[in-house]
Amino acid sequence: MLDNNQLLRFTTAGSVDDGKSTLIGRLLYDSKSIFEDQLQAIESTSKKKGHEGVDLALFTDGLRDEREQGITIDVAYRYFTTPKRKFIIADTPGHIQYTRNMVTGASTANAAIILVDARYGVIEQTRRHAFIASLLQIPHIIVCINKMDLVDYEEHAYSKVIDQFEEFSSKLLVKDIRFIPISALDGDNVVNRSTNMNWYQGAPLLHTLETMHISSDINKIDARFPVQTVLRPQNDSHRDYRGYAGRISSGIFRVGDEVMVLPSGFTSIIKSIDTYEEELKEAYAPMSISMALEDDIDISRGDMIVRSNNKPEATQDLEMMLCWLHDNPSRPRAKYSIRHTTNEQKAMIKEVVYKFDINTFKRNVEDKELRMNDISKVKIRTTKPLMIDSYRENRTTGSIILIDDTTNETVAAGMIV
Amino acid sequence: MSKYYLNYLDELESEAVFILREVWAQFQNPVILFSGGKDSIVVTHLARKAFYPSRIPFALMHVDTGHNFPETIDFRDKLISELGVNLIVGSVQDSIDDGRVAEEKGKNATRNSLQITTLLDAIEKYKVDCAIGGGRRDEEKARAKERFFSHRDDFGQWDPKNQRPELWNLFNGKHFEGEHFRVFPISNWTEMDVWNYIKRENIEIPSLYYAHERKVVWRNNSWIPYSEFLVLEENEEITTKKVRFRTLGDITITGGIESEADTVTKIAQEVSAMRQTERGNRSDDKRSETAMEDRKRQGYF
Repeated sequence: MLDNNQLLRFTTAGSVDDGKSTLIGRLLYDSKSIFEDQLQAIESTSKKKGHEGVDLALFTDGLRDEREQGITIDVAYRYFTTPKRKFIIADTPGHIQYTRNMVTGASTANAAIILVDARYGVIEQTRRHAFIASLLQIPHIIVCINKMDLVDYEEHAYSKVIDQFEEFSSKLLVKDIRFIPISALDGDNVVNRSTNMNWYQGAPLLHTLETMHISSDINKIDARFPVQTVLRPQNDSHRDYRGYAGRISSGIFRVGDEVMVLPSGFTSIIKSIDTYEEELKEAYAPMSISMALEDDIDISRGDMIVRSNNKPEATQDLEMMLCWLHDNPSRPRAKYSIRHTTNEQKAMIKEVVYKFDINTFKRNVEDKELRMNDISKVKIRTTKPLMIDSYRENRTTGSIILIDDTTNETVAAGMIV
Repeated sequence: MSKYYLNYLDELESEAVFILREVWAQFQNPVILFSGGKDSIVVTHLARKAFYPSRIPFALMHVDTGHNFPETIDFRDKLISELGVNLIVGSVQDSIDDGRVAEEKGKNATRNSLQITTLLDAIEKYKVDCAIGGGRRDEEKARAKERFFSHRDDFGQWDPKNQRPELWNLFNGKHFEGEHFRVFPISNWTEMDVWNYIKRENIEIPSLYYAHERKVVWRNNSWIPYSEFLVLEENEEITTKKVRFRTLGDITITGGIESEADTVTKIAQEVSAMRQTERGNRSDDKRSETAMEDRKRQGYF
């Protein structure tokens, strides 16, 4: 049973009060992932706060400030397992000021759940969440139309949201989008099929999460292997071994493949692919392996091994969508460290082409300063070439972060156009 | 035709191996915080895999409260000699003798929070810039907010509201002199994942995890092992029970559960049917609703 079970990462986005925490609590509760002592703690807190019954939403509160203020400050990770899959939830706060957290949670997600309150339909925040999911290229989007119990389980409320969504989602790059009418509070169509909405023929949320095809979410075409570190044991059994250790970003490598090392451009043949247990004939993303080549070439951290007939672009000039993540705004023509795969160079923001207003979907070409939560198109120049793919084709080799050397903080995340 | 996707345990393993290699590439002097518990044993096993055929390039650091299960120390010493790595011990007893910390008083006194000072002193003394731990996000609500690469200021403190964002597989371990990082390679694992992995990989763990006969005392709703450090209350009596431990902390605060599970397979079955969290038997977490967060802010594991 366990051998083929996959891991699915999803993020949940919603506005204040649209029942996101309740939905997560419901998924965990109905999949029996809440333990008795946790439930008792929630029960006693619910009583203290004067809530009727058990407030499942309390389960997702973590830090002292969050419990006291009743808000979510930071991304929290939750886990549950069903007989079919293991799930990691990146629970991100939905307030306007927390784009940064949503981007963070979305960066590794296979799926995004976007919550819409059935009474109000698509609102500004819904569009923002959908935009970020599309910007971060989350492969699957599930729109949950929640609080169906408050609109008498009317199909109309559900189809209205689908119409509203389609009006603007045609502009987004979303490959797979589904709509599910639910009531998180009562559990309708979350884990169990609702008996209140016979007009809905689709699957409940959990079943959808358990069965959606995710094996193709990682690019298996373009073979990219960023070198993390070099293993040179120099012990008796491996005197001359020189292994390039790393995690395959995308694609498949096989022993005997002709490969090229970038940026040097030297070519060689894969001699062996090694793991602790065994030598492999082939390895694919996202496996962590060690690779040995037939020829003795100078290779170090930051280099990338690719197949000779399928190369990324080597360039010092990058165009990207950049999300600013730090309280300190960008400084004009300031230098930052840029981290791309395992490669680190210096970089300068040469030009802010436009800022994108995620509330109006309009471009602003006047304002050039990048502040917390701003999303903008920028041109960046690096001191040495990076080996890049576009983010649309490759989430690993198409993404970067900027680090401010004066504070060591991560200040921005970029998706290469 | 092969399948070109990983199952969840392989994916968790690959993620952890990647993190461990990043630590090696980004830091000067990392150590593995080794408690002798299953989580730090799994991290050590993963490190062995990450650097094979080289040896693990980190020392193991043990914060010794002096209130250990003897089985834990035996296990630690055997593992160290097998791996051929260095062991660094930070001693809470030394911190007490030096007057750096004062022993708690009373029946429920423990050395749990005293470890923070000893740990931070050892990190400073050995110029450790990265301490790798076996913390998991499913363990406790404050840990659910922890990053893989978690920054600590030069007082060793954690600021949960001001953490560096972590996107994709890009981990930023940059720091100034005197600061350090805590890195948690198995952040995304649950207790069940750990047991399934121990079973799959056939990893050796201390005998304390298996059901065994032991002298115990019923206190705070669990079986506290009898030891020389335990001060008995009048109405408490020592009995012998078949117990096992779900987590291993100090012998003074780690409660056992009655169990017949004497193999990893039986333990995994038992854990999957459990209705209490594993730290439910840890009195250190029960002191207040935010006991873990408060200790973590100060520099706890």
